[in-house]
Amino acid sequence: MSQTLEKKPAPSRDAMPLSGPRMPGSAPYLVAAAALAVGVGLGMILGGGLIAMAILAGLTFIVGITVWAWALEGRRSGVDRLVMSVVWAAFAVALVPLASLVWTVLSNGIPALSAEFFTYSMRGVIGDEPGGIYHALIGTLLITLGATVISVPVGIMTAIYIVEYGRTARLAKAITFLVDVMTGIPSIVAGLFAYALFVLIFGPGVRLGFGGSVALSLLMIPVVVRATEEMLKLVPDELREASYALGVPKWRTIVKVVLPTSLSGILTGVTLAIARVIGETAPLLIIAGSTDSVNFNLFADRMQTLPVFIYYAYTQPGVPPDPSIERAWGAALVLIAIVMLLNLLARVVGKVFAPKTGR
Amino acid sequence: MAKSIDVSDLNIYYGDFLAVQGVNMTIKARSVTAFIGPSGCGKSTFLRSLNRMHEVIPGARVEGKVVVDGQSLYDPSIDPVAVRRQIGMVFQRPNPFPTMSIYDNVLAGNRLNSRRMKKSEADSIVERSLKGANLWNEVKDRLNKPGMGLSGGQQQRLCIARAIAVEPQVLLMDEPCSALDPISTSAIEDLIHELKSDYTIVIVTHNMQQAARVSDETGFFNLKATGQPGQLVEFNPTKKVFSNPDEPATEAYISGRFG
Amino acid sequence: MSTTIDETRAGGRRPGDAIFKGTAIAAALVILLALAGVAVFLLYEGIPGILGAREETDASFVSYVWPLVYGTLVAALIALVIATPFAVGMALVISHYAPKRIAKPLGYVVDLLAAVPSVVYGVWGITVLGPQLVPLYRWLADTVPWIPFFAGPASTTGRTIFTAGVVLAIMILPIITAICREIFAQTPTLHQEAALALGATRWEMIRMAVFPYARSGMISATMLGLGRALGETMAVALVLSASGVITLNFISSTNPSTIAANIALRFPEATGLAVNLLIASGLVLFAITFAVNFAARYIAGSSARRMSR
Ligand SMILES: Nc1ncnc2c1ncn2[C@@H]1O[C@H](COP(=O)(O)OP(=O)(O)OP(=O)(O)O)[C@@H](O)[C@H]1O
Ligand SMILES: [Mg+2]
Repeated sequence: MSQTLEKKPAPSRDAMPLSGPRMPGSAPYLVAAAALAVGVGLGMILGGGLIAMAILAGLTFIVGITVWAWALEGRRSGVDRLVMSVVWAAFAVALVPLASLVWTVLSNGIPALSAEFFTYSMRGVIGDEPGGIYHALIGTLLITLGATVISVPVGIMTAIYIVEYGRTARLAKAITFLVDVMTGIPSIVAGLFAYALFVLIFGPGVRLGFGGSVALSLLMIPVVVRATEEMLKLVPDELREASYALGVPKWRTIVKVVLPTSLSGILTGVTLAIARVIGETAPLLIIAGSTDSVNFNLFADRMQTLPVFIYYAYTQPGVPPDPSIERAWGAALVLIAIVMLLNLLARVVGKVFAPKTGR
Repeated sequence: MAKSIDVSDLNIYYGDFLAVQGVNMTIKARSVTAFIGPSGCGKSTFLRSLNRMHEVIPGARVEGKVVVDGQSLYDPSIDPVAVRRQIGMVFQRPNPFPTMSIYDNVLAGNRLNSRRMKKSEADSIVERSLKGANLWNEVKDRLNKPGMGLSGGQQQRLCIARAIAVEPQVLLMDEPCSALDPISTSAIEDLIHELKSDYTIVIVTHNMQQAARVSDETGFFNLKATGQPGQLVEFNPTKKVFSNPDEPATEAYISGRFG
Repeated sequence: MSTTIDETRAGGRRPGDAIFKGTAIAAALVILLALAGVAVFLLYEGIPGILGAREETDASFVSYVWPLVYGTLVAALIALVIATPFAVGMALVISHYAPKRIAKPLGYVVDLLAAVPSVVYGVWGITVLGPQLVPLYRWLADTVPWIPFFAGPASTTGRTIFTAGVVLAIMILPIITAICREIFAQTPTLHQEAALALGATRWEMIRMAVFPYARSGMISATMLGLGRALGETMAVALVLSASGVITLNFISSTNPSTIAANIALRFPEATGLAVNLLIASGLVLFAITFAVNFAARYIAGSSARRMSR
């Protein structure tokens, strides 16, 4: 029918063609099955691998469904089907790296996991002697904790200033802009900043865990500010006014009414911010350095962290390389697991602390 | 040639929620049919089921038959895209495309079907449609300005021009004047009068006088009871509905003794 | 500073209020100081590097940093060219093609891409992606060597700037997708229904109503992605086998390096003036990303103003 429409852009108004040959609802499945057959068949004949088969099947599907729709229902319908299959294909293709990555990390990392792996450091470990990531776990934990302790109060109070006090002030506008700028700071620049700062205090070649905390908080603060800001803005003004009307001072209104209402969102934001910085490598490489031993002191000496551990275990494995590379994969698995858990935690926290309303 | 619409036993759902139940009616060709009724009784829902715009909402579906020109709209062989081209729609709030000029707005529908249009042909469609919508004189000097720059009433007439530019058989209007001032409203009512000779027009309105002024036939929708689906209570010539309705509920609604 | 009615009425004079407000302002000033600190300390430590570049490298600072800038831009642009179409497609799937029920889980899956630390991407890039791309590079070098990008000879490890670009593309995909899908989903129903009611197919509706509405948002999303790609360090430092050349050849074993990767690779062993030089290059990186992000926000902001009229 759309063919008829196309040929006559202004059809006689007596005719009202609404029906025409239509593809059955099962068309995509039929084409998919055929495409799969073509992909596997051709792949076997030409001797291609799994990837080649998948690509062939995908292309066959896109072409098949487009041609069918075009021939049967007309150009516009063909284009519509083409776009639809292309965007879905794009989605599928984009997930291939994720699947490959997860698979690689799991299959290479699981063999490395053992009790020693979590409880030993790398101090004095040579070759395939048992060594582990204990020192890196401690370092990651302490440095991230330090960054959180700096970022959360600064971030939340800044957001409070912007939303509650500075709605019209020029300073608030400037701060909003600066937070945007901060969001764009490359992580390595944050590391350089921390180094440039502490070099003035401790002299050249300084390495210390707290420097890492400072660098990470530079990356974390804008995330916390943004999340808190969003949440505070969601709190209706009526709630604030109701509290003022009861004679409650502004600061108590903020602490007792506004913050609790937005608590779940803020906690979610903070957790996501932690998840974002816990995998950072570059700044820690620069200012926290790398070591084989456990260091509990944030304020002195090098401190190992998981990402930096992965980096060195992989790039400078020593002889023989295999045990070290295996440990790198193991650490990668642990790091990904931590980040995923934090993301999950963020969602759970958002649910648990959500203000309990009837709505 | 405008077409008539036959609706039989139509049930309209949003997911599991039955919004409108058991509608039967025949909408005459080349006439204006008005739907009135309290808010939430399903007038818009019913109107949108006449050109398969209803199913645009996720989970929305329809049971029953809508037949136009001998073709059942919900038949599997029917192309919903062709249906919407033949049965145009004007919405409650004017919605010209914000990034397009007045000229391009009018041609938006035509361009879908023929990618390459001769300039002269395009010009004549624009002029004819804008004249048809009584907007030509007001905008002919600024066709290349954005459609959003017009007043609300002009925007609504632009939307009507856009809808009639593809020469549909039927024109559905969902409260086309509810966002407009009295002068713009009266401009659109005049327009409906003129369009009637070429199109089958179905209009939803909350304005009783408007229904009485512009329509030939009137359908009164109402909820069976609170929480129940909406239904067509009465469908009669407008004169009769407003002077001597069959149903007491209709009379109560029209005379304001409602609820 | 700010004077809202609430404040005066609810007692700006109470000590509790003054202290609380003071703390909030102090926190805001910390941010101001931190950014000022970034600029000041980097300049303080970087300027000796700029001035002393000749001693350290026998060349001027500009000729030291220019190949790195070039590599940074090339890697980021490759990433952008690959990631943008995918991101738009994926965003459309989530906002307009997938049934409501599965759209949300699909969104989570895309977000998972953002949860993988960059060092892991780097390790994966060397072990899996690079070797997988070698046959492609060989084929390109054999088939289309007259395209300067694919002149070859093809790398045998796959550790090329193109591979680095692909890894970066995967890394910025979730950001661009997230912003695009947000904007696509915000397209007014009114305009989408207007298109559909004219008899547009889904794709025609997207072209008529969604893309025009989302255009500036899409541009600023890609620019934010670009900003991220420019500053990304570890994935490039790991994947790229860099020799600091300036070349258009994307698939050979001699590749330009990037500023960030160069810092990460050299800093741990650097002493003296070399440190200052690296900090100075970091300053250049900061300036570039700042400009890109600023442009992105400016585009987003100006269109927001235009749309709200
Ligand atoms: N998108 C939707 N999803 C679910 N239910 C809907 C949706 N749109 C409308 N409804 C429900 O369908 C019923 C009919 O709504 P409809 O919009 O058709 O009423 P109406 O008669 O047009 O009202 P009004 O005069 O206010 O425009 C109402 O109960 C409404 O809540
Ligand atoms: Mg309505």
